[in-house]
Amino acid sequence: MGMGMRAMARLGGGIAATALAAIFAAPAMAQDVLGQPTPAGLGLQTAAAPLAHEAHFFHNVVLMPIITAICVLVLVLLVWIAIRYNKRANPTPAKWSHNTVIEIIWTVVPVLILVGISLFSFRLLFAYHDYPDADVTVKITGNQWNWGYEYPDQGVAEYISNMLPEDKAPKHLYRLAADEPMVVPVGENVRLLITASDVIHAVAVPAFAIKVDAVPGRMNETWFRAEKEGDYYGQCSELCGVDHAFMPIHVKVVSKQAFAEWVASKGGSMTKAADEAAAAAAPAAAEAPAAPAADAAAPTDAAPAAPATAAAPAAPAAQ
Amino acid sequence: MATAAVHDPHDHKPGFFTRWFLSTNHKDIGLLYLMFAIFTGLIGGALSGLIRWELAEPGIQLFKEGTFVQYLGLVEASKHGYNATVTAHALIMVFFVVMPATMGGFGNYFIPIMIGAPDMAFPRLNNISFWLIFFAFCLLILSMFVDGGPGRGFGGGWTSYPPLSTMGHAGPSFDLAIFSLHVAGASSILGAINFITTIFNMRAPGMTLHRMPLFAWGVLITAFLLLISLPVLAGAITMLLSDRNFGTSFFDPAGGGDPVMYQHLFWFFGHPEVYIMILPGFGMISHIVSTFSKKPIFGYLAMAYAMVAIGFIGFIVWAHHMYTVGMSVNLRAYFVAATMIIAVPTGVKIFSWIATMWGGSITFKTPMLWAMGFIFLFTVGGVTGVVLSNAGIDYSLHDTYYVVAHFHYVLSLGAIFSIFAAFYYWYEKMFGVKYNEFLGQAHFWIMFIGVNLIFFPQHFLGLQGMPRRYVDYPEAFTYWNHVSSVGYVITIVGVGVFMVMLLESAIRRRKAEANPWGEGATTLEWTLSSPPPHHQFNELPVVKADNH
Ligand code: HEM
Ligand SMILES: [Cu+2]
Ligand SMILES: [Cu+2]
Repeated sequence: MGMGMRAMARLGGGIAATALAAIFAAPAMAQDVLGQPTPAGLGLQTAAAPLAHEAHFFHNVVLMPIITAICVLVLVLLVWIAIRYNKRANPTPAKWSHNTVIEIIWTVVPVLILVGISLFSFRLLFAYHDYPDADVTVKITGNQWNWGYEYPDQGVAEYISNMLPEDKAPKHLYRLAADEPMVVPVGENVRLLITASDVIHAVAVPAFAIKVDAVPGRMNETWFRAEKEGDYYGQCSELCGVDHAFMPIHVKVVSKQAFAEWVASKGGSMTKAADEAAAAAAPAAAEAPAAPAADAAAPTDAAPAAPATAAAPAAPAAQ
Repeated sequence: MATAAVHDPHDHKPGFFTRWFLSTNHKDIGLLYLMFAIFTGLIGGALSGLIRWELAEPGIQLFKEGTFVQYLGLVEASKHGYNATVTAHALIMVFFVVMPATMGGFGNYFIPIMIGAPDMAFPRLNNISFWLIFFAFCLLILSMFVDGGPGRGFGGGWTSYPPLSTMGHAGPSFDLAIFSLHVAGASSILGAINFITTIFNMRAPGMTLHRMPLFAWGVLITAFLLLISLPVLAGAITMLLSDRNFGTSFFDPAGGGDPVMYQHLFWFFGHPEVYIMILPGFGMISHIVSTFSKKPIFGYLAMAYAMVAIGFIGFIVWAHHMYTVGMSVNLRAYFVAATMIIAVPTGVKIFSWIATMWGGSITFKTPMLWAMGFIFLFTVGGVTGVVLSNAGIDYSLHDTYYVVAHFHYVLSLGAIFSIFAAFYYWYEKMFGVKYNEFLGQAHFWIMFIGVNLIFFPQHFLGLQGMPRRYVDYPEAFTYWNHVSSVGYVITIVGVGVFMVMLLESAIRRRKAEANPWGEGATTLEWTLSSPPPHHQFNELPVVKADNH
């Protein structure tokens, strides 16, 4: 049997080595692309919003080293056991089966590690739910199998966003790009109000690190602030039937001016909310300048921004 | 520690039909369950083959008109057929492979023997449990062949969230699947009652709870989890049935109901369910590690109470599956904290297994390889669980392939590895013949490489944002999906070697020993012949001192 065993171990080792080599040699470590998955990518998609930087920091700097260390520790112990305590190396087994000190250690140390993790975890969780004042609100409705986007404050009526068909989309963006994306201004706080008309769907945009279910009869909320202009893609993330894989979320981040032009082209107006407020309070109109939409942008976003800058240098650790 | 069994001259076995169809003998029922699990495992595995084949490349290759899936006829050749395949794969693996193998198979066969009892407390109930799970499986298969609404079969996922499972699937297919789960649930509840009664009342003289083998602890705790969680599932799916057929609106917002309520009910069952699938395995791994190290189990009491703790905490963490549905943030924070606590008793188990081996004199026979593989791979699955327990990062990973990787590491590479470990460990005992050590080890290594190749790259896909339950994906996800599918092919080869191993041992029929593992094997089953007599312990063994 010894013969067979050694042969087996060698065979197993050989296959494992080949497999590992195949995994790590092949993918050309392409530069990560913004707003979409990278071919053969290994880590989280490049972060493009304050919360995403914080989430990356938490995952790449806090969690990954800890879980890697635990797995390596267990692996090293198992390998050491196989070398040191096999029948030949250690013919007479020890008989002990208790050691209170070590048992206390391996109960208390994990507790401490978890408490450490939880400090970062709660900070991140509460950052997600510490909503800054919104500059733009988009109401999203999930339908089988497309998305409806509506901008109540700008008076942009709901329009439907469908996946671009195969012959219209660039090859690498097929199943990600949409005919009519959701358009938002760069650097502004965008609030998403999310619901569904039929079954449950989920809005997800990995580059902004957001994912929220679209549940019929409920209005869920999340927010992001895109840091750079460009196209950002996400995909429906709750099984919703036949075409679940074919209703992407395509977010187009544009300059403030381009956003205003887009709103106008959709028959809306950047000052609609203020205009209406003014019209409603007609007698007092003189004393009430059309402020709310304009100056909501500046304050209140200091809190989420601060940790984001701290986390930023950590982002490249993704690989 | 126990008196050796004397061969009973009146140990006559009943005729074929009576023995296998009207069986009340715990060992025969255990074997029936195991054969059932192997059979259903092949079907569930074939379905996952269709999934991996489809996902080997972007675009839809398999689930469309005119492909071999259409001629196969098992599932519809359409996008809906893909969803139905994923759903059936999960339901089969959870309810008809892992649970029947661990509880029904090894539990039935070895719990009475290990606690020194002649049989289960309610032998006829035991028979009913088996045939209920058999007919439950027939109902599920039937559901794959009738109209589901969008097409043939039910494609709403094993979680069956409404409204997709109500308004979204108008056909009778899901009603059949609901009945299937009702019947499977009844089978498991009867089984749980049987195990609890047996373990509490029929232990041999001298075997206190604190001297009981850890496998019996695992099964006892699992039985309680089943007893508490399954009725909640039964209630939830009955409400689905009623929403679908009788115009109620438990989960329909248009009638004042709430679809999220279903998710709470489902996961109140669902999270304990994942521990139901692993706790018996925890017990079996402890025995195997101790046997092959020739050393008593390290920290026996901590091992037992770690399982009690896992079982208890398992009931108060369910909403970590629901971080994105829109619960209040404080509630999410609670579920983060509660979920992370589970990692502590889990760590105690891992380290205690390692300490059991430490200082031992280890032989690396096939069962031990599977056990050591289990310990490492379960650790990998456990740490990704800790990652997912953090709501803040789960917002990025929920419903992506990262979750798929996590639960396959704890199930396909955890629970299934523990099942194979136990299968080889008790092979001679159950079947009375030896397996071929070379084939057993070949099976282990090939499968070890295959399943890691399938599931490790899925972490990368998940981190990159690939959603789960997708029939098709953007170009960028091609590479790791392809690797994953190659892993599946290797795994198939491993399963082939397993079949060859079964065949070889059945043809050669090398006679088994009562105790092939030597001094390390200390539990009661090794005091009996291999296979044990049809009725064991007509004279109860007396357990004098514990061995830990
Ligand atoms: C250290 C212990 C564990 C922790 C902290 C943990 C945590 C989690 C979390 C937070 C999720 C939800 C992920 C999501 O959907 O976004 C999850 C999913 C899952 N876990 Fe674990 N887990 C642990 C161990 C296990 C074990 C032992 C099993 C089974 C043997 C298991 C099976 C599953 C399954 C099946 C799912 C996915 C269910 C589905 O959505 O279909 N987990 N786990
Ligand atoms: Cu969807
Ligand atoms: Cu869970």
